[in-house]
Amino acid sequence: MPRAAGPGPIAAPAAGEDRPFGVYVHVPFCVSRCDYCAFATWTDRFHLAERYVAACVAEIRRAPTGWPPSAGALSGGVAPPPAGWPAGVPRPASSVFFGGGTPSLLPARLLGQLLSAVPISRGAEVTVECNPDTVDTATLRSYADVGVTRLSFGVQSMVPHVLRALGRRHDVEAARAAVRAASAAGFAGRYSVDLIYGAAGESLEDWRATISAVLALDPPPAHVSAYALTVERGTPLAADRSRHPDPDDQADKYLLADELFAGAGLRWYEISNWAAPGAECRHNQLYWRQGEYLGVGCAAHSHARVRHPVAVAGVGGSRRWWNVRTPERYVDQVESGRSVVAAGEVLTPAEQRLEALQLSLRTRAGVPGTALAGWREDPALDGLLATAPGDRAVLTARGRLLASEVALRLHASPAPR
Amino acid sequence: MRRGAVTLPPAPQVAGIVAAASKPAVVLIAAKIGAATAPGLRAPHCSRTGRDRRDRSRPFTRRKNRHHGRDIVDLHRIRNLSVVAHVDHGKSTLSDRILELTGAVDAREMREQFLDSMDIERERGITIKAQNVRVHWRGYTIHLIDTPGHVDFGYEVSRSLAACEGVVLLVDAAQGIEAQTLANAYQALEHDKEIVAVLNKIDLPAADPDRYAGEIERVLGVPADQVLRISAKTGEGVAELLDVICERIPPPSGEADAPLQGLIFDSYYDQYRGVVSAVRIVNGTLVSGTRLRFMQTGRTHEVEEIGIRAPANVAVAELGPGEVGYLIAGIKDVGEARSGETVTTAAHPASEPLEGYQDPKPMVFCGLYPLEGDDFADLRDALEKMRLNDASITYEPETSGALGFGFRCGFLGLLHMEIVRERLEREFDLSLIATAPSVEYRARLTDGSTVEVHNPSEMPEPQALEWIEEPFLTATILTPAEYTGTLMDLCQNRRGDMVRMEYLSPERLELVYRIPLSEVVIDFFDALKSRTKGYASLDYEPAGWARADLVKIDILLNSVPVDAFSAIVHRSAAHDYGRRMTERLRELIPRQLFDVPIQAAIGGRIVARETVKAKRKDVLAKCYGGDITRKRKLLEKQKEGKKRMKNIGRVEVPQEAFIQALRLEE
Repeated sequence: MPRAAGPGPIAAPAAGEDRPFGVYVHVPFCVSRCDYCAFATWTDRFHLAERYVAACVAEIRRAPTGWPPSAGALSGGVAPPPAGWPAGVPRPASSVFFGGGTPSLLPARLLGQLLSAVPISRGAEVTVECNPDTVDTATLRSYADVGVTRLSFGVQSMVPHVLRALGRRHDVEAARAAVRAASAAGFAGRYSVDLIYGAAGESLEDWRATISAVLALDPPPAHVSAYALTVERGTPLAADRSRHPDPDDQADKYLLADELFAGAGLRWYEISNWAAPGAECRHNQLYWRQGEYLGVGCAAHSHARVRHPVAVAGVGGSRRWWNVRTPERYVDQVESGRSVVAAGEVLTPAEQRLEALQLSLRTRAGVPGTALAGWREDPALDGLLATAPGDRAVLTARGRLLASEVALRLHASPAPR
Repeated sequence: MRRGAVTLPPAPQVAGIVAAASKPAVVLIAAKIGAATAPGLRAPHCSRTGRDRRDRSRPFTRRKNRHHGRDIVDLHRIRNLSVVAHVDHGKSTLSDRILELTGAVDAREMREQFLDSMDIERERGITIKAQNVRVHWRGYTIHLIDTPGHVDFGYEVSRSLAACEGVVLLVDAAQGIEAQTLANAYQALEHDKEIVAVLNKIDLPAADPDRYAGEIERVLGVPADQVLRISAKTGEGVAELLDVICERIPPPSGEADAPLQGLIFDSYYDQYRGVVSAVRIVNGTLVSGTRLRFMQTGRTHEVEEIGIRAPANVAVAELGPGEVGYLIAGIKDVGEARSGETVTTAAHPASEPLEGYQDPKPMVFCGLYPLEGDDFADLRDALEKMRLNDASITYEPETSGALGFGFRCGFLGLLHMEIVRERLEREFDLSLIATAPSVEYRARLTDGSTVEVHNPSEMPEPQALEWIEEPFLTATILTPAEYTGTLMDLCQNRRGDMVRMEYLSPERLELVYRIPLSEVVIDFFDALKSRTKGYASLDYEPAGWARADLVKIDILLNSVPVDAFSAIVHRSAAHDYGRRMTERLRELIPRQLFDVPIQAAIGGRIVARETVKAKRKDVLAKCYGGDITRKRKLLEKQKEGKKRMKNIGRVEVPQEAFIQALRLEE
């Protein structure tokens, strides 16, 4: 597993078919939009669903080109990407993730069409994000039948007034029902719960109640993602300062969550993610490990590493590109045989190192001790980093809350030669 | 005599500082304050010291027949005058019209010139005019000596007055006389100069010449029926004005055969020619190629070129009494050809210099520090270059515990300070931190000695201090009567004592206050402007010193005194200053990884305290495929932001915090 981290030399990716490869499929439809949400999702375009899925299938089936990208094609710069950028699926996917939006709005038939287009390796992880009020046992069974192995429920809260404050349509009972349905469909121990803390009016006790209720679900989740409510520009929430979360309150809630999850056997493995050992989301880990993935659908991002991790100045270690933002545009591009890529970038080695540092720092793997040169004596970092086996440094709970500041300080320190 | 004046146009929003001319420059610069609506400073470039050298692109005229022979102009047919006007009252337009009418510039050239000046104007937000221009009118030779229309540069009016016999007082017929114009007119009267009062813009629908002619009669004693009424825009009345100038303004007096006495009334540095001085010949004849003695410095220099501006530069062989022209003598430093200097011939020197006048002395001081310590040498070079053209700037090295190495700089006023700082940043690509502006105090110590205090850090310890005195101003405010109450309130809050209150007309009145300079330098202009919707105008002049109960207040960040925030304030205002500064800093200083106490202290006593609580959360909740690029860019941006932070007592202080904190509003 390549785990390039810190300002040290870039780790060469392992060669061969067994290197993880992920496929992300974006489903840009929702029944309603939550007012804190800035994702690429629409409430009025579900009529495009059939054409959209067909377009995604077409994109997946495109002849793989440029995987792995050759150093020669890397001419630097941002959009439009040069011809010869990677496309298609170069090798069987070790993970597939249907995100959104609300992927569970898709009937199993469409989901099945998408999945059958993706070459998948044995034992691959296939996750679908679900809203609790859009699923029932029959739907989830049909998901399992087409190859879905993991569910992720957008529960957000288990306190009614907090759910209302977040503008969520479902109620607490819907979450419990969804979990029962998941269990009946065979997803016991293979589902995750998404939570949000920091909504207007949510007390620390409300948050504790949410966590307790989630841990008391039957069967209990093996994986939880808990996100601090974030004010995104351009959302209705951004316009209403009175509902903006207080960072100190969110810090308290984070520490509480970390403590309660740990007590229930879910250990943190990324800043906002906790899991029972072995239940970590393999697909999401690709993002934090600078792995390779193809994003399918509108607004999806892809990432490819270069064949030769050359340390030649100006030559990138990897490329990233992303598709056009709206579903109608995406469908149009595919149907007319044009590229769906909106823009992309070639990362310089320095950029790649910075990404490696900040991404790896977010995880339980931490960063190599060499990244800490010059900061060992920084009193400001006291208590924010702890050493871990293999001469690595890992954020403490308090440090995780200050990950951006820590990354900045580590990055600003002189790189060891 | 030096005076500063601030003009407050009724424009809705004039940026805190408005473009003004920096310096002694023959090319004179009148800020179009009323036109400056863009936020932020529209700093004039100074091409001669900076990187932009465009405006020196026109070399001095080099004709084949360079020193063409000509007779010295008959003294009795010379008229030397200054045009004194409030900004936007139409001085530039009048100058253009006169140049056109007298044939100094033909219509085609006029258009070109106009466009040319518009170009520069657009770029700089200022108006540029030849300072002294020679025109001919019906057998008379007229020298128009322009004066700057603003602010800290009011002292230049006295320079111009020294070189002329009369003044054209130009007043907007829709607005009436403004404080600075009035002050300049009084100054002209004091020097026995003939005043030709003119109401301009009579073509405007809002013009009310009868009313403002009456006002001029009341305040200046010029009979209302003698006040000319013109429109520089349409040209109406301009020819009559020229006739009146020739008729009323007396000719200069002087002896052509006497030893040379020439008065330098302005100098600027030209990168190709060195110092170019404006000179008025009082006695004798200035001949090209002779060796001159500068009577103040005692140095001698050979004349390289003399000439007149008509308005193009024309080299001449000699200049006789009463004439105004330019002089180039291979001088490299404007400090050696300062205004008020008398030039005479080295061979037959005059026995006495002319009555000069003192160059203005700095009234406002502040520390300038490079944000990056490495830029100290660059800052020193930049200041040196600025001073080449603006001898009124003073600077000396200073060390600050918080800010490192920098310079204590003196300026003519707050506007001058802002302009210089802005120019240093723009033209020399420096990032600077300016400390709170301060005035000069005089402290008497218990041992009987007296020290000058330009900087809070020089303030003697209380036990060593006998008394301390501060400079005062006489401030004159002209205002629509409806704002009297709010202005009296403002002046009283600033420790002002009313000297006089007088109605100019039922609608307008003059308020005169004696007020500490320190109370004016910070934000008095802004307050005056905001309280009167821009309709009040202000002029001030020094009014001596007086003892006051002043204390030094320190601001401590994480227990480290930040000398940049220290201030000398009146005891009655000290707590308030401490409270405001600590509160403001609490808002401006971003949360750090630890609690940061912010304290205000007088002596060792803490009088105010705020705390910036340690930040606990600085992390993005989500980081998946679509977030990674954004997150990396955010981090790169934050890293750049960190570079622009100053580390004080382990506290990272953004540059913006210094600027904002030192901008104390009401």
